[in-house]
Amino acid sequence: MSQLLQQTINGLALGSIYALIALGYTMVYGVLRFINFAHSDVLMLGAFAAYFLTPRVEALLGPQSIPGAILVVVASAVICAGIGMLIELLAYRPLRNRPKLTVLITAIGVSLLIEYTCQHRHVLGAETRRFPTLFPSSDFHWQGLTINSNDIVVLSVTLFLLAGLWFVVQRTKTGTAMRAVAFNHHAAALMGININRVISFTFGLGSALAAVAGILYALKAPGIEPLMGVQPGIRAFIAAVLGGIGNLPGAALGGLVLGALETFAGGIPGVSNYRDGIAFAILILILMFRPAGLLGKLQPEKV
Amino acid sequence: MMSLGAKRFLLAAILIAATVSAFSAHFNRYFLGISIDVAINIILAVSLNLINGHTGQFSLGHAGFMAVGGYGAALCTLHLSPLVPAPLQPLVFAGALLVGGVAASLLGLVVGIPSLRLRGDYLAVVTLGFGEIIRVILQNMEVVGAASGLKGIAKMTTLGWTFGLAAVTVYVVAAAVNSTYGRGFIAVHDDEVAASAMGINPTRYKVIAFIIGAFFAGVAGGLYAHHKQFLSPTGFDFMKSIDIVVMVILGGMGRTAGVIAAAVILTLLPEYLRGFADIRMILYSLLIIGLMMARPQGLFTLSPKKATSA
Repeated sequence: MSQLLQQTINGLALGSIYALIALGYTMVYGVLRFINFAHSDVLMLGAFAAYFLTPRVEALLGPQSIPGAILVVVASAVICAGIGMLIELLAYRPLRNRPKLTVLITAIGVSLLIEYTCQHRHVLGAETRRFPTLFPSSDFHWQGLTINSNDIVVLSVTLFLLAGLWFVVQRTKTGTAMRAVAFNHHAAALMGININRVISFTFGLGSALAAVAGILYALKAPGIEPLMGVQPGIRAFIAAVLGGIGNLPGAALGGLVLGALETFAGGIPGVSNYRDGIAFAILILILMFRPAGLLGKLQPEKV
Repeated sequence: MMSLGAKRFLLAAILIAATVSAFSAHFNRYFLGISIDVAINIILAVSLNLINGHTGQFSLGHAGFMAVGGYGAALCTLHLSPLVPAPLQPLVFAGALLVGGVAASLLGLVVGIPSLRLRGDYLAVVTLGFGEIIRVILQNMEVVGAASGLKGIAKMTTLGWTFGLAAVTVYVVAAAVNSTYGRGFIAVHDDEVAASAMGINPTRYKVIAFIIGAFFAGVAGGLYAHHKQFLSPTGFDFMKSIDIVVMVILGGMGRTAGVIAAAVILTLLPEYLRGFADIRMILYSLLIIGLMMARPQGLFTLSPKKATSA
């Protein structure tokens, strides 16, 4: 029983990181209808931004201080929001009215460009670096359960950001504009919505979430390197499709479900070697029965 | 290009490949190796072109089919070759390639079935998933050497085999698409709803495209296995699939001649870029982006096809 609870906690912590990343995929899909493959690299850049900012912030505020950690996270999120908007402006905006496939391949190209540029020895290099400890962490023991304080931080940060995102999308003017653009580009433009600005904002928001997710992921991972975003990126992308791509609550749910299932499967002896394949197997099974994902609505094709 | 004398083209191509192959002992080993790589990539690109280009089903899992074919064929020769006298070895090789191809096409059937219900991005993800699952399974199978790879495969792939089979692939794909029956692939690509209204069964065409495409990818995998003499699961990851997709897009989706040219260029290009080894992949990704900006219809397509919502 305690084993089960322990795995649930681990799974939720992992799943909430997936959920944060999946939100970025799903928001971009909502407004532009394509999979932004470069999202996983923005996540990696977020972790690296934090890596380089931490020593400077620590020199200012002292090591492992809570305000320092918050400052690092916010600054990285802002940097990544800028990067995300820049990618959209340079790579995706010129292709706005092209077939979806063209944009998809461009996204793969952008992703490869960021990965290979960062791996170059004069940029970041391919070696793994140790991620700094942003704030002190400790293990709590309770009824045979071990709870790492990082897991609690991850869970609470995710909940906070999900609530914030819900507020932005549902209660603000920009959020309403986002939903309008996702619903119908042309009609939104006719209503006087500046589509370019809304799309740019969506990329910024998604990339900021990815940066936070990247830092949270780096806290749990052994180290950071230019390809660190690929695996969580693929998982999050599966989570987004699992929940119904384009659907925000679906992405959060998909992330949690995937994180939990993967952790449970990893705990079963013999199955743990197949961990990388499990996420995909789950995805394929679910799509066989619900082709539009868990919460997605199937849109009949119009003639 | 396939209208008149397509069968003559096929025979001539096989004949030339076999003749050139007889002299291959005099060739520079490096160039020989590259030439075989070129032909294997032609098979891969042309077979993917049937699925992605002609039928319009965006698949990101071609490396998975190739892996199944490669491992299947390699297992066959590893176990059968010692039992068979030397003169019959080419038969064993042919049989092994066939087994690899059939194994891959069975997998193609399995992948094709979910594609009946999924389209666009969802299908891309599912095919990507199948490819990754195959890689993970291979990584854990002790029979095929697990993560350390399958070693000791005999060198059987020659110029004749690869270019001959490349000619067969081009012929089969082109003949299939240009036949009365095969126009259905293009109809499904252009508009599924309209196609089914005209009495074409899109489901059937999609599955057939996957089966044929996967078969030749499997054959290419077999040739690859007996060319490199070593197989490793990491060689068949997502990146390998992307490489083949880029060939198809560079050549122009659904344009056989362009896809062949693109396969040749993209195999040779990295060799020419060896001098810039450390920025080679950066240039490659810039090429993909630049191409999509400037010539999304493919490098060699003069009259752009009407934009289709793929």
